[in-house]
Amino acid sequence: MRITCPICGERDRREFYYVGDAVLLERPDPEAGEAAWDDYLHNRDNPAGDTRDLWSHEGGCGAWVVVTRNTVTHEVLATELASDVAADLREARP
Amino acid sequence: MAELIAKTPCAGLLPLEGGAVAVTEVVPEAMTLMAPFNGREAAFSDALKDAHGMATPAPKRATGREGARAVWFGRGQVMLIGARAQTALAGHAAQTDQSDAWAAVRIAGDDAEAVLARLVPMDLRQRVFKRGHTARTLLGHMTTSITRVGDDAFMILVFRSMAETLVHELQTAMKGVAGRRGA
Ligand SMILES: [Zn+2]
Repeated sequence: MRITCPICGERDRREFYYVGDAVLLERPDPEAGEAAWDDYLHNRDNPAGDTRDLWSHEGGCGAWVVVTRNTVTHEVLATELASDVAADLREARP
Repeated sequence: MAELIAKTPCAGLLPLEGGAVAVTEVVPEAMTLMAPFNGREAAFSDALKDAHGMATPAPKRATGREGARAVWFGRGQVMLIGARAQTALAGHAAQTDQSDAWAAVRIAGDDAEAVLARLVPMDLRQRVFKRGHTARTLLGHMTTSITRVGDDAFMILVFRSMAETLVHELQTAMKGVAGRRGA
């Protein structure tokens, strides 16, 4: 498996460490309430299909990368810098 | 009183020669990790140019030359290798003296690429990895910084505690490559 780091380019999977669902970037407001926080901390989808994960390029530049991949075909569909995704999320906030 | 003797990271391990490859230790006078503060990247680059005569390297690049290099070292980080960081840089970047933290070696020769191909999971051939190119990647299980410093030469950095493992890995790969060449 190869993952394209937005900074370093296409690299071997062994340079990356899997961190978890990219929903981690969507942290609720501290006052969002128990239900929102419970969901954020504990509930994850388990799709047979496209999913978005956070990976760390720890054996490379150190960037956090959002990887969109397919759990059935193992195809890697897209990679983005997590810092860019987080900035977009901040901007989209009301 | 105890007499303290400074030992280099690869003391007793290098130099090493085999096949068409030679590995020697590099002992820079200083190594300083620079992390430019947010919004001060341009000012830092100007200060680096004034103080050390080289611009901040773009990602995956190194600037400067033998004796004083600025090597891109990952996101938002530059390692100044050789020259002692001048105080003029102080306001622009967080700095850490890492002079004793890294083992630095130079691998050179016709088969240097072939040796590294056995150890590093990325393409280091000259047509894609040219002089002045650098990468953070793996060498065996170790995180490393690799910079092409000549047509047939690379500078490799690993944590100082990994010096013996680095030399062992290189030696094993060198034997393998030399064996394939029938040397
Ligand atoms: Zn990277």
